[in-house]
Formats: sequence, C-alpha cells, structure tokens
Amino acid sequence: MNTLTNRSYTNLFLLPAGIVYFVFFLLPTILSFFFSMTWWTLTDWKFIGLENFKTFLSEESLNIGFKNTIIYAVVTCALKVILGLLLGVFLSSRLRTVGFIRSMVFFPTLLSTVAVGIAFSTLMHPSQGMINAALAAIGIAGPDWLGDIQIALLSVALVDVWKGVGLATVIFIAGIMSIPEDYYEALMIDGGNTWNKFWNIIVPLSRPAMNTVIILAFIGGLRSFDLVWAMTKGGPGFSTDLIASIIYKQYQAGFYGLSTAGNVILFILVSLLAFPLYAYLNRKEVDL
Amino acid sequence: MSKMTNSASTVQPTLHKHSNRLAGKKAKKVLAEIVAVLLTIILFGVPLYFVFVNAAKDTQESSLLNMSWPTSFQLIENIQAVFLAENGMIIRAFMNSMIITGASIALLILFGSMAGFVLHRKVSKLSPFYNFLILAGLIIPPAIVPTIWVLESIGMFKTLPGIILVEVALHLPFTILLYKGFMATIPKQIDEAALIDGCGKFKLFFSIIFPLLKPVSATVIVLTAVGVYNDFVNPLYFFPGADNATLQLTLYNFTSLYSTQWNLLFTNILLISLPPLVLFIFFNKQIVAGMTAGSVK
Repeated sequence: MNTLTNRSYTNLFLLPAGIVYFVFFLLPTILSFFFSMTWWTLTDWKFIGLENFKTFLSEESLNIGFKNTIIYAVVTCALKVILGLLLGVFLSSRLRTVGFIRSMVFFPTLLSTVAVGIAFSTLMHPSQGMINAALAAIGIAGPDWLGDIQIALLSVALVDVWKGVGLATVIFIAGIMSIPEDYYEALMIDGGNTWNKFWNIIVPLSRPAMNTVIILAFIGGLRSFDLVWAMTKGGPGFSTDLIASIIYKQYQAGFYGLSTAGNVILFILVSLLAFPLYAYLNRKEVDL
Repeated sequence: MSKMTNSASTVQPTLHKHSNRLAGKKAKKVLAEIVAVLLTIILFGVPLYFVFVNAAKDTQESSLLNMSWPTSFQLIENIQAVFLAENGMIIRAFMNSMIITGASIALLILFGSMAGFVLHRKVSKLSPFYNFLILAGLIIPPAIVPTIWVLESIGMFKTLPGIILVEVALHLPFTILLYKGFMATIPKQIDEAALIDGCGKFKLFFSIIFPLLKPVSATVIVLTAVGVYNDFVNPLYFFPGADNATLQLTLYNFTSLYSTQWNLLFTNILLISLPPLVLFIFFNKQIVAGMTAGSVK
C-alpha cells in the first residue's frame, strides 16, 4: 500500500515551484559568484579575478558596511528578543487591556517600512522633531538622532525595533501560551515566586519561540536595507551604510560587478553566521 | 457558644489583613496596567497620531511638524492633491500594486500548495535536498544585479510578469513550509481511500486535498498581501521607471518632491497605510497565526 501511494504522488507537482525558484532565485545566486569576479556592464563583461573583493575590503566607504551591518543586526536582534520576551510575558496575563496593547504593539509590523522611516525621520529632527521637543519639556537636551555619526546607526536600529517588536511579541506570546499549566502548579506547590516563574519556567520553556525570534531578527537585520535608505541613505558620511545599501549604491553608480561582489559578501556573511546559529539553536531546543 | 464567637473574632482580623494585602496587590496590578497603557499610547499611538494630524493640515502649518490639532481640517483637500500629483501617478501605482499583489498570491497558493503536498507525502532520497533548498531560500539574500540580468535575458525586466515572478520566487520557501506543515494534519488515509475509489493523481489533489488546505491558504493570502504590498526593495530594483511605480515607490518619489509639503507626504503615508489597516482589522487572527506558524513546534 505504501509503495502504491508513494507512486501516486507525481513530481510534476514540484515543477512549477521548482522552475520559478530556480530561474528567479537560484540561478541569479549561482551566477553572482561568476559576475562578482568581472567588470560588468550587463551586456559585456571582463574577467578580473578577485579585484572587486579587494576593492570592497580595502575601501573604507565599502568595508564600513561589515561593522555597521553586524552592529545593526546584533542591536536590533537583542532588543527585539529582550523587549519581545518582556512584552510577551506581560501580555500573556489576563489583564483587561491586553487586547488593546497587543494590537497597538503589533500594528506597526504591517506598516510600510518606508512610511515608518519617513515619519520617524521627521520625529527625530534635531530642532523641530517631536522627540527632542518632548525631551526638552522635561529638561533633557536631545541629541541629533540621525545627524550625529556616533548614534545615527543606533537611532535607525531603534526605529527598526519599534516596527518589529510586535512580531517578536506575538511569537513569544504563542510560545508562552503553549507552556502547560502543570509547570506553574508544580512551582506554586514548591513555593516559587514570580521571578522563579519567569526565569525557571517561562524563559527555558519558551525556547522554541525565542529561537525563532533570534533567527528571524538576526537574518532580517543582516539583510536590512529599506529602513536605512528611507531614513539616512547611509549618511551622515557612511556611518549608517549597511552592506545591502552599499550594494544599491554601487548598482546605481553602474558598478555592477562591484555591486554583485557585495551580494556575494553578504551571502557569505549571512551563511557563516545564520546557518551555524540555526544549527546551534535547534540542537539546544528542549522538549516540553 | 462563647467559644465559637471567640474563635470567630480571632479569625476576623487575619481575614481582614489578608483582604487588605489582596487589595494592595490588586492596586499595584491596576497601577502597572495603567502605566503599560500610557506607555503604549506614547510609544505607539503618538507616532500614528502625528502622521494623522499633519496629514490634515495646510502646507505651512504642517512644516512646523508639531502635534497640535489642525486649525483648518483639510484632509479631503490634501487627499485630492495627492491623487492629482504627477498626473495621477498614485492611481497607476495603486493598479500596479494590486496586480502584483493579487497575481503573486494566486501563483503562490497554486505552486506552493502543489509543492507542499508532494514534499510532505512523498519521502525520497531527495527530501533532505529539498529541505535544504527551502532553508536556503529563507536565509540567503537575493542576488540583485544577476537577477536583473536574468530578467533582461528573458525580456521580463521592468515588466509586471517579471516583478511578480521574482516576488513569487522569494516568497515560495515560506509558503511551501506552511503548506508542508499543514499537510501533516491531513490523514494519509484520505489519499488512500480516494485512490482506491479510482481517483487520479491530479483529481486527488485538486478536488480533495486542495479544498482541505483552506486555512493555510487564508494565511498565505494575508501574509503575501502584507509582504508584497509593502515591499519596497524588489520593485525598486526589478520594476523601475515612472510608469511602473508601485505605491511604496510613490512615497519614495514624494519625499524629494514634497520635501517642503509635509502635509501631502503624510497624507500619502496615510493613504498607503489604509490597506494594511483594513487587513489588520478583519484578519488579525490569520496574520498572527501565519507569522507565528512554526515558531512553537
């Protein structure tokens, strides 16, 4: 019976998805390794070996992307995990206002990144922006959020967290809700307090949810482009340039080979960090 | 008798104390709740309110970028102005966005469900390889210029079919994952019964399995709608040109055009945020279900 049914599923069903995936995703990815080693005008190419990679690694306006991309990914990921977990715990309780808070926190997830970026760049305006006006009202001189090269990247990262923490929160809520009641009952009998409940039950047992948030947020952070582009275009200077925004800049400038080299570098960076992270997190998962 | 009243009077104070402590705990809880609601309103409500009031102001007032209520409420006039800008570019962009989103959803449901069905049911030596491809598709950033080169070679660069197929390719891995996961809840006996009754391979899927996949299809619809509609990067690269604008790109064009006309820019933001708002109001559950799918084993 088993072989009979196994034969009744046709590989033809894989064909449409396979063709689209191959032609519009896999093929360009494979080609990128070749074209990253060329001087390329789309119609013509000249093989130049690893020249593009050397340029990418040696020029400061390009290699600053590594540092920025990793800082951006780590900061956004860490904040989304911490804030998402705390919000998730708070919103898993039976408070009356949970529905309202959850909706408000989650809604930005569905908004356009560019719209959010534009709105926040006006809110973060150093002299006219509402954020500094509010800070001034309580006697704090607000910084030039997007104009100061020391903090511009962190300002953009904060907006990313504002937009993305809702997704992390709902994932944590789903994880926390799936923890069986018995654990809390056992803790009550043993006389544990709220801290024990959080640290010894919720944190370890919402591990699958936490892993998902870490993976999603970290990969998302590494690949991020649109928010930075909408808010700072990589400036001031190159202080908020991420690898993905450098790829766009080189593409715009017509350096297609260099742009593709940036793509390959991002590919390698994401693979080197994300695949091992994925494997590591999946290994450490606990069973409920 | 006297013993009883005695014991009752000793119980009374402790009970009282207990309820006092409970009341204190309750007050603390209420206070925490009020603080949480206020924080939520400040952090999440105020930016939305800011966009709304500035979308209803005249150009001069909106350039102050503050949150006061508009002296003359002219949201309708601003909406008209946004619609008329650049020869009705926003309407063309709206059409493009709807076509791209609609077509991507249709293809993703069809291709994704077919693939998810076979990938779940048919276990072969290639299964780990397919799983790897899905994982790779979720993790690896798309190669930009080579994709343009491929699109150009087959005459699809700057065309609707081109951008649609790119969106489909990039959303397929997650869609297949959702369908494959859901297939596990549909018993194999259904397939066997249908096959014994003389049902063909194609009929089995399209008239028996596919209708059972409705819940995931609903999730795919809302998730793809949000993802493709809000996508800025792919249309920027693969669908450039003034005639080809999507709603997200009109916003981007407007930032330089209306750098002094904040009111119109905010009206534009408000307008393009309406479709996600409608989705959010009607399909909140499906959206959350889809986005959290697979996160909790």
